[in-house]
Amino acid sequence: MKINFEHNQSAHCENGVVSNLLNYNGLKISEPMVFGIASGVFFIYIPFVKVNHAPMFSFRPVPGFIFSRVSKRLGFKVKRHKFKSKQKAKDILDNELAKNNPVGLQVGVYNLTYFPDEYRFHFNAHNLVVYGKEGDDYLISDPVMPTITTLTSKELEKVRFAKGPFAPNGHIYYPTELPDTVQLKKAITKGIKQAYRHMLAPMPIVGYRGIQYVAKQIRKWPDKIGVKKTNHYLGQLVRMQEEIGTGGGGFRFIFAAFLQEASVIMDNSRLAELSIEMTAIGDQWRDFAIDASRLYKNRSKETDAYNKIADKLDAIALAERAFFLELKKSIK
Amino acid sequence: MKKEDVPQDESSLSKANLREVVYAVDKDGNYGKALSSGWDAKTIALNESLQLIDEQVAETIQKIKEGILSPIAYYMEIQRMDVVVLSGYVGLWQWRVKRHLKAKVFKKLSKKIVNKYAEAFEISVSELKNPKI
Repeated sequence: MKINFEHNQSAHCENGVVSNLLNYNGLKISEPMVFGIASGVFFIYIPFVKVNHAPMFSFRPVPGFIFSRVSKRLGFKVKRHKFKSKQKAKDILDNELAKNNPVGLQVGVYNLTYFPDEYRFHFNAHNLVVYGKEGDDYLISDPVMPTITTLTSKELEKVRFAKGPFAPNGHIYYPTELPDTVQLKKAITKGIKQAYRHMLAPMPIVGYRGIQYVAKQIRKWPDKIGVKKTNHYLGQLVRMQEEIGTGGGGFRFIFAAFLQEASVIMDNSRLAELSIEMTAIGDQWRDFAIDASRLYKNRSKETDAYNKIADKLDAIALAERAFFLELKKSIK
Repeated sequence: MKKEDVPQDESSLSKANLREVVYAVDKDGNYGKALSSGWDAKTIALNESLQLIDEQVAETIQKIKEGILSPIAYYMEIQRMDVVVLSGYVGLWQWRVKRHLKAKVFKKLSKKIVNKYAEAFEISVSELKNPKI
């Protein structure tokens, strides 16, 4: 049983799954458009949640939000199931496949056999599409992979029931009731509005304030927790910013691509100008990553070096603040 | 980022013949997908994190030999888990898992609990009790 599903490699797994599933269902929509409508651009720093022995930094909303926001804004429904029973999770999946319905799954990365070993961490918010079954093999379209691949039913069960933070519990989802026409303009406006609201939110750990908070911490860390741990934390930040899925620069380039596409649809040239500014901010993030990597490569002991990259981060925070204030003005 | 600046460094991705999608602008300023084989800045970050795991494992092995930590700590670390993840896999409270990392507590564990750990690590009970370290 094999559904005629088109696999498109994307930067980020969730955008990719949404975009590929919608394309299959007849709604042509690009990855950046999915990302923008879902207000995917974000920053949050959660010092009290530890991932791989370092605090959590994220450049995107909580897993699952992208799909639910896109569905709300484009006016289709998403059916979701989570399971306690592994057997039931398998039955529902097989059922949907039998109905010729490709589905999205949330999975853990650690046991994905087709990933290079270096990338196998206990990260549980990865997404992929299952679009068929041949014998005991499930046909997998993993958006970050160049081509389609397969997992045996045992392998799939393992990744669907990975444990730890964000445990997927067999989470399966698929779009239903797609409308005949979508109001793209309205959806884009909503996406942009929520994006600047979040990035300008009056909360210390979110948006540009969150970036400033991290900068402040970087100045303190070397004395407080030692150089080694500081470097590990910075490494974690860089990985969250650049690891497979962000499209580079902590999703800033995907967001810039969205603004460019949106400026044509909305007939708003200001958005095209802002796209160029967002690209520049993305480049600043890339610079920051290079400096941070030099720091932990050389194991520099001088705290001045940490102050310098904290300065860079502060500059990024201010640039993003200015950017999102402008974005707010551009869309009225 | 410009398309011609998309890094094509060697990485664990390129070694596995994989490339990832990034977004970049072409000469006319139009955005599109571009493929990157890897970027040194992030390879360094990744290696740093892997190295940290190796260092921690070495430290843990030492502590097991000294009779302070239990083999659970060793298997947890080589499988890149922490207490939160492991507690999910064995289905026990985190504070219990933390206690079981102590050699003294581990020795007194019931068969049932030891089995749970062996299952979570996908190894036999004897492997769990006698790690090759």
